[in-house]
Amino acid sequence: MNNKSFINNMFHKNGRALGSIGYFILLMAIFFIGAPEAWIRPNLHQSVFVMMPTLIFLTIPLVFLVASGEIDLSFASTYAVAAYVFALLVKIGIDPGICFVAGLLTGAAIGALVGTLIVVFRLSSLVASLGVLFLLRGVILLLTNSRSITIMQVENHWIYPLLVGKFYGFPMQIFWAAIFIIFCYYFFNKHVFGIHIQHVGDNSVSAEQMGINVNAVKIKAFMFVGVGAALGGMFTTMITYTFFPTQGFGYLLLALAAVFVGGTPYWGGLGTIIGAVFGVGVIAYMEVGIIAIGWSGEWRQFFNGLIILLALLGHRLHGERVR
Amino acid sequence: MENIIQLDKVTKKFGGITALNKASLHVKKGEVVGLIGDNGAGKSTLIKTLVGVYSPDEGHILIRGKNVNSWNALKAREAGIETVFQDRALTPQQSIVKNIFMGKELRYPFGFIKEKEQIKEANRLIREIGFTSNLINADSPVGNLSGGERQGVAIARAIYNNAELIVLDEPTNNLSLNETQKVFDFVLNVKKSNRSVLFIGHNIYHVYDISDRFVILDRGEVVHELNKRSVSSPEELMKIMRETIVRH
Repeated sequence: MNNKSFINNMFHKNGRALGSIGYFILLMAIFFIGAPEAWIRPNLHQSVFVMMPTLIFLTIPLVFLVASGEIDLSFASTYAVAAYVFALLVKIGIDPGICFVAGLLTGAAIGALVGTLIVVFRLSSLVASLGVLFLLRGVILLLTNSRSITIMQVENHWIYPLLVGKFYGFPMQIFWAAIFIIFCYYFFNKHVFGIHIQHVGDNSVSAEQMGINVNAVKIKAFMFVGVGAALGGMFTTMITYTFFPTQGFGYLLLALAAVFVGGTPYWGGLGTIIGAVFGVGVIAYMEVGIIAIGWSGEWRQFFNGLIILLALLGHRLHGERVR
Repeated sequence: MENIIQLDKVTKKFGGITALNKASLHVKKGEVVGLIGDNGAGKSTLIKTLVGVYSPDEGHILIRGKNVNSWNALKAREAGIETVFQDRALTPQQSIVKNIFMGKELRYPFGFIKEKEQIKEANRLIREIGFTSNLINADSPVGNLSGGERQGVAIARAIYNNAELIVLDEPTNNLSLNETQKVFDFVLNVKKSNRSVLFIGHNIYHVYDISDRFVILDRGEVVHELNKRSVSSPEELMKIMRETIVRH
């Protein structure tokens, strides 16, 4: 193997992740120059760290799904449905550990239903999941009568300190998010599931000819997105002790933005977990950074839009899709 | 000699169109069968049914004499049938190594992949197939390769799995003379090791050169079968094919 080819291949494999790390560093530098005092205060970073785990649970499974050649918008409502199931069961006195598992199963089941609907009836995943997004949100609003549910009692259960408590001052969800990232990195790059996802998203006809069950792979990817959404919803509900019927909606565009800013291309076959983590970093710091450097919150959306466009242009440098 | 695979009166329809009509075909151990026919004769449908991409609407598929139910691509590969598809069945954004092991990854328990072993095997296969460029290693994406090199990857996949029957669908299309010769050498090697090949081609000269037996397909039906002994030249084979199709 000669050097040039080694560098070429390294770039091909990691260029997209490196790109999003670059954006992250650039953004941090701008904010640091803009407001050095605010930047060294730990509470700014703490607020980012509270938000980041939820975004990570939502964003990384989406990388799997986008790499498989599909997209899902319904996760933002799945988030609320799973949290609702969790909160409701806790409220009626069931052990929160069991409620947590029930929430995860709810997420997986919704993912399986959405995936089956799209794969079996060959629907557009963008449009079908948009429908499910509204449908499920409607169901939640009707079931709850738009009322929230508080679950203070969860604090006295072992699951609370384990999942969202503090460990030497750090919120526990950071550790769970880190474990989730490591797990997903190996799952995507070194496990049959991730490899099959990449083949299916790259060329589903080829994958099928080689004996890969394309439909099953896609449905599993939708299920994983459902599980990620459920994790995000339940963690947030525990942190705030409250389930809101509208929760999760705000994450819809942020999580999608993080996937693409993170360097996963929209056309399928490729994806980067590390890139997505930095994509989440960019989006999460954007949310607080704008305020920290003294600009008004109105600028946030403007800069979110700008960074998405810049990221797309930047990732273009990694070339067109090879066929 | 034992039949590796036998298709018995297989019918396949797409909507109102009958692509295969009670087609029967068998391949014995160690023989090279050439499947010929005009465009639209149903060659591709026959192949895709044989290797499990399509499931037949009627008829039976027998593997080593035994009837199989719910035939699919995975079962075909497990039965020792590997296919080099006309479109190569590659995923161009993925590496050579991932493509060689697509669908048959070397795994640890719980589905994790034996990456090092795969790369070692892929590099060995790349050398065996004879990639000449230094730029090519197992980590290179397939999309950067030429048509002949891509065919090499598809063939490497078939070799690795030690298939008993290798199905080559138009394997010499768009290949240079040199690359075509490589494909021929490969077929002869397979035959030497007492394994079988089903060779599909437009080019009667190519098919004639390497086949032991010819099967002529027309409008979804097997209309003629003949041994190489009974045909003296590619020209004669072409003449027989033309006459058979006209009569049919």
